[in-house]
Amino acid sequence: MNFLLSEEQLALVDSLADLLRDNCDAQHVHKMFDTPGDAVIDADLWAQLVAFGLPAIIVPEEHGGLGLQMIDLAIVAETLGAYAAPVPFFGHVLATLAIVLGGSDAQKTKWLPRLAAGDLLATVALGEGKSAWMPDEWTLSAANALSGVKTLVPNAAEADLIVVGVKEGLGLVEKGAAYTVKRSDGADRTRPLDTVTFEGATAELLEGGKDALPKLIDAAAILIAADAFGGAEHCVDMSVDYAKMREQYGTTIAHFQGLRYQLVKMALATEPSRGLYWYAAHAWDAIPEQASHAAAQAKAHLTDTYLQVTRDTVEAHGGIGFTWEHDTHIYMKRAMWDWAWLGSPTRNRLRAADLAGW
Amino acid sequence: MELGFGPEYDSFREEVRAFIKAHWPPADGNPKSRENERAFVIAATEAGYMHRSIPKRFGGSEQEPDIIKAEIIREELTKARAPAGRIPGNGLVVPTLLEWGTEEQKERFIAPTLRGDILWAQGFSEPNAGSDLAALRTKAELVGDKWIINGQKIWTTHAHKATHMFCLVRTEPDAPKHQGISYLLVDIRQPGVTVRPLIQMTRQLEFNEVFFDNAETPADMLVGERGKGWNVTRSTLKHERSGIATMTWSLSMFRDLVKLAKEVERDGKPAIQNPRIREELAAIQGELMSLTYSTYRATSHDVHDRDIGRFQTMPKIYMTELAGRIAKLARDIVENDFVDFGGEKLKWIERFMISLSMSIAGGTSNIQRNIIAERSLGLPRDHHGGKAAA
Ligand SMILES: Cc1cc2nc3c(=O)[nH]c(=O)nc-3n(C[C@H](O)[C@H](O)[C@H](O)COP(=O)(O)OP(=O)(O)OC[C@H]3O[C@@H](n4cnc5c(N)ncnc54)[C@H](O)[C@@H]3O)c2cc1C
Repeated sequence: MNFLLSEEQLALVDSLADLLRDNCDAQHVHKMFDTPGDAVIDADLWAQLVAFGLPAIIVPEEHGGLGLQMIDLAIVAETLGAYAAPVPFFGHVLATLAIVLGGSDAQKTKWLPRLAAGDLLATVALGEGKSAWMPDEWTLSAANALSGVKTLVPNAAEADLIVVGVKEGLGLVEKGAAYTVKRSDGADRTRPLDTVTFEGATAELLEGGKDALPKLIDAAAILIAADAFGGAEHCVDMSVDYAKMREQYGTTIAHFQGLRYQLVKMALATEPSRGLYWYAAHAWDAIPEQASHAAAQAKAHLTDTYLQVTRDTVEAHGGIGFTWEHDTHIYMKRAMWDWAWLGSPTRNRLRAADLAGW
Repeated sequence: MELGFGPEYDSFREEVRAFIKAHWPPADGNPKSRENERAFVIAATEAGYMHRSIPKRFGGSEQEPDIIKAEIIREELTKARAPAGRIPGNGLVVPTLLEWGTEEQKERFIAPTLRGDILWAQGFSEPNAGSDLAALRTKAELVGDKWIINGQKIWTTHAHKATHMFCLVRTEPDAPKHQGISYLLVDIRQPGVTVRPLIQMTRQLEFNEVFFDNAETPADMLVGERGKGWNVTRSTLKHERSGIATMTWSLSMFRDLVKLAKEVERDGKPAIQNPRIREELAAIQGELMSLTYSTYRATSHDVHDRDIGRFQTMPKIYMTELAGRIAKLARDIVENDFVDFGGEKLKWIERFMISLSMSIAGGTSNIQRNIIAERSLGLPRDHHGGKAAA
């Protein structure tokens, strides 16, 4: 048994954290919220992360990638979550994964090298209506030209390629096809979401798209869970640090047992859940029969925890925590995004129950 | 990253399985008999599967330390419902004796303890010394070559069955609180010791009051130095919290809960199909998986000498809260049976209460919170707490 990160994985996270510390501090992220108008992606930071190699992680070596695993992608997602990085990582890697998992040789050869190199930006359009995220709930069809509405699509406006969930599996829709994009006034301005209306768009089906669906959905769940862990842990650290510094009644508030227990509760909810998201990522890589169940559990538990921890973070900070200026609201809004995308914790728990064969 | 144990361990697991199969359940089919349990523990120790860290000359099997082998043995014993060789109290005193005892104490006590011929009670808590254990007042005076003991212990688990007690007593009345305490071994089957059982809220009889009225123990029954008992205790307390045992126990309780939810009907269907129950069951499983895989992570970090980080201090309270949540869902499933002590769901009524004893014994949940606050979060020392009691 070796349930830990390798030296290479630790080094990957360290160097990514260094890059983000230098280029994506809290002030930088606040700018995304303070800039009026539609939310935008941070193209400069994304270019740096592309140069760092993030889009190549999960792409096989023969297609110009690094050929690494889900656990590697997940620890990267955790780190991006900790820094609330305003980059189109999630949609891009999921779209890339869809082609890795379901593309024909020709489709892989055509798209993967450019996606791995970050020459193109891609995303995925899965959800419909109020909360129809699972393939058996999708109503759009690519049998003829693609028509209908997809919701909560990450950075569709900037994307060159959209992988669309359809009844037949997965369809590729290129920029310029017949669709319109409307940017939502989304809570989380670090990861803009769009409503995409397809109006007879040309869509090319991924050859093995249908078979790729379960792994794609699981990957989405795991990456969200990992982001949630990174964000929640950051909130715990932030609250603990603040308690050691802020003084009331002539001493630091870290001395007050009531507050200490609030901080302990946050840490107790967060820290052990690391094992769950690691396991979900590892199962995706190595224990296929457990993967969907673990992914649904991780998504439910981690996003539920994250949102609550951001609420607790506000309480632990007092008035400053309730302001627009403070970092907490950025994390709460990312937690809201993580909570909703791919369905609420309740939906994912009921799915996990089905998958457990109960 | 690798969760399996690898081929060399697969063959070890096969060996353990074959051994258990040959020895358990016992030939006469009675798994409850103490003789059968004793015979199994002795055989397993000879085979090298039990008491692995204890030298052969003290009745152990003296194996190379290997956390993974230990885990495999534990898993296989649990699966076969075979005795684990752990007798409460005994598991706490043996490591303490190994670390602090004199050669004579080790020779005299360890082997019979492992065989179950000596049963120990833990005499730490007193009526006025619970979480604040160092406030204890039971005193011992050295008169000639004997300690004369007077005072009272309370909540002493199994004292009514035990032959001996390891206890903390005040030997230096003028020294500061923590420096006046000594660790003594006492034969409690003597006229100066009175054991009075206390009935638990479960109606079971497990813990006791123990009164010392000029009770005696030889001078050489002191473990560690005089006045240094507090340090000796810290190693006992360290052994009280084992992450893996914690996890194995929670997993088996959860399996029972799923079984219950499938068996009991609600509105003409198995309760597990009720959405609220189904969702809560899944939520509990999410926490259990967090505990399980964080424990594997911690174990792997231990093996590779890496810092476990914040999780180190968390398993006890995490399991306590999980056990409470499991017990409450069972309550919601059994409904009216919840008030029937004579019914077949008694086990769950008991668990509803026993899950609370976990939040008290071995250091209360608040004391765990104090420890997490200081050691895992690095909050300033709180002079009112943070020291774990028994
Ligand atoms: C089933 C069971 C078996 C036991 N077996 C044994 C045994 O074999 N041997 C033995 O020696 N003892 C045993 N104990 C005793 C156990 O160790 C004590 O009950 C425990 O340490 C708490 O002490 P107390 O009962 O005096 O409670 P108190 O210490 O009086 O605690 C009362 C409440 O105050 C809280 N509190 C106290 N101090 C603090 C603080 N600093 N910060 C925040 N909250 C605080 C506690 O968390 C608790 O909620 C057993 C107890 C139980 C329930």
